Amino acid sequence: MGLLSKKDRALILDPLTDNNPITIQVLGICSALAITAQLKASIVMALSVIFVMGVGNIVISLMRNMIPSKIRIIVQLVVVATLVIIVDQVLKAYAYELSKQLSVFIGLIITNCIIMGRFEAFALGNGVWRSFLDGIGNALGYGVILIIVGFFRELLGSGTLLGIQVLGDPIAKTGLYSIGYENNGFMLLSPMALIVVGIIIWVQRTRSPHLVEEN
Amino acid sequence: MAKKTDNNLYTLFFAIVMVIVVGSLLAFLASTLKPRIVENQRFEKQQNILYAMGIHNNEGDNDVQFIATDKVGEVFDSYISNQYYIQGGEMIEDDEAYLIDLAREEALTRNPEYKKRLPLFIGEKDGEKFYIVPVLGKGLWDAIWGFVAIGEDLVVKGVYFDHKAETPGLGANIKERFFMDKFSGEHIFDDEGDFAGITVAKGNNDPANNRKQDNKVDAIAGSTITGDGVTAMLRNYLRTYLPYIQSINQ
Repeated sequence: MGLLSKKDRALILDPLTDNNPITIQVLGICSALAITAQLKASIVMALSVIFVMGVGNIVISLMRNMIPSKIRIIVQLVVVATLVIIVDQVLKAYAYELSKQLSVFIGLIITNCIIMGRFEAFALGNGVWRSFLDGIGNALGYGVILIIVGFFRELLGSGTLLGIQVLGDPIAKTGLYSIGYENNGFMLLSPMALIVVGIIIWVQRTRSPHLVEEN
Repeated sequence: MAKKTDNNLYTLFFAIVMVIVVGSLLAFLASTLKPRIVENQRFEKQQNILYAMGIHNNEGDNDVQFIATDKVGEVFDSYISNQYYIQGGEMIEDDEAYLIDLAREEALTRNPEYKKRLPLFIGEKDGEKFYIVPVLGKGLWDAIWGFVAIGEDLVVKGVYFDHKAETPGLGANIKERFFMDKFSGEHIFDDEGDFAGITVAKGNNDPANNRKQDNKVDAIAGSTITGDGVTAMLRNYLRTYLPYIQSINQ
């Protein structure tokens, strides 16, 4: 990271820790609940959001002096929607299999409040390079949480990781299942995603007490 | 001081320009990519039909591998001997029947004058004859569909299911091997010889589906509504198609 100044580095690293969009700002929860039942879906969603946030922040930042403030939210929405449609169409044409797996998530990217939040809070007031870093940083922060949640939900809920049975075969009763272990189907339902996110927030605040708000 | 960008006229101008730019960009992109997208969808249909009759590149126990897209056209032509569509009780042979979009046909039936076209494919593999029918239904969130291959003995030989938006890890598993494979060999008639379809049943106590005559396959835990959708779509379409299959089968 020698290329980046200290300030720029903070743009990337802060969202990963003390300013995480999910665990600190509590944004982007809806998509985090919806798609984390499997690790693979989480990873794919994380990558898509990194792309859309990076490019979107650049576009908004380039236009920041031209966007009329009265309709800026609409402009932001148009930018996200356009990017998402472009991604969707290009995938359909050149990576059809992948686009089928992503079908639901592509649409969900538009509704991701982190994206609109970063456009509004950062890209509208900062230069292109810094906006790009901020976009990547926040998308990474979002992605990391998504992947952690996806990991635990798939492991405990289905006994698999990326579709591979890591705990043995639940039907033939091999591995852990031979000593009476059972998958917790509850982990696959959305409420458990909220609880896992809650546990992550708890752990994070216990380790960094300065994050805890005074009452 | 008011900024230039607060001006109403400017705002209007900006909005108009933005819409024109974005609109033309997307229109250009859509029309450039359309041929490729349509081609991909055509390959996918061929792959799915072949998959139902057991022609695929599956290797391990869990993966679903279709025939490669660059070969599928050729393979499709060599295994699928006849393609028909059924319209208003008549069977009409059509080499491009596989392109018929069942969802669109169902939507068109809202016009009572319209008689929907139902595609039916006849395939041959190792001297064995298959009747492959498309199925379409509703899952929990959105459409589910697939293809069912039926042998000359009117027993299901293989299926392929897909879905638009079922829950990952739950209903979405209908397109996984462990679920689809269970349908192979399943009977669609009950012991008395009446049509029964195949029920995706809870509490079936037969997870490996060893009982092929019971018209039941084991459901996926946590996806009751998707499973009921599979049951309903199989029953609907198989019932519609059976008279035609039986008449060719004689």
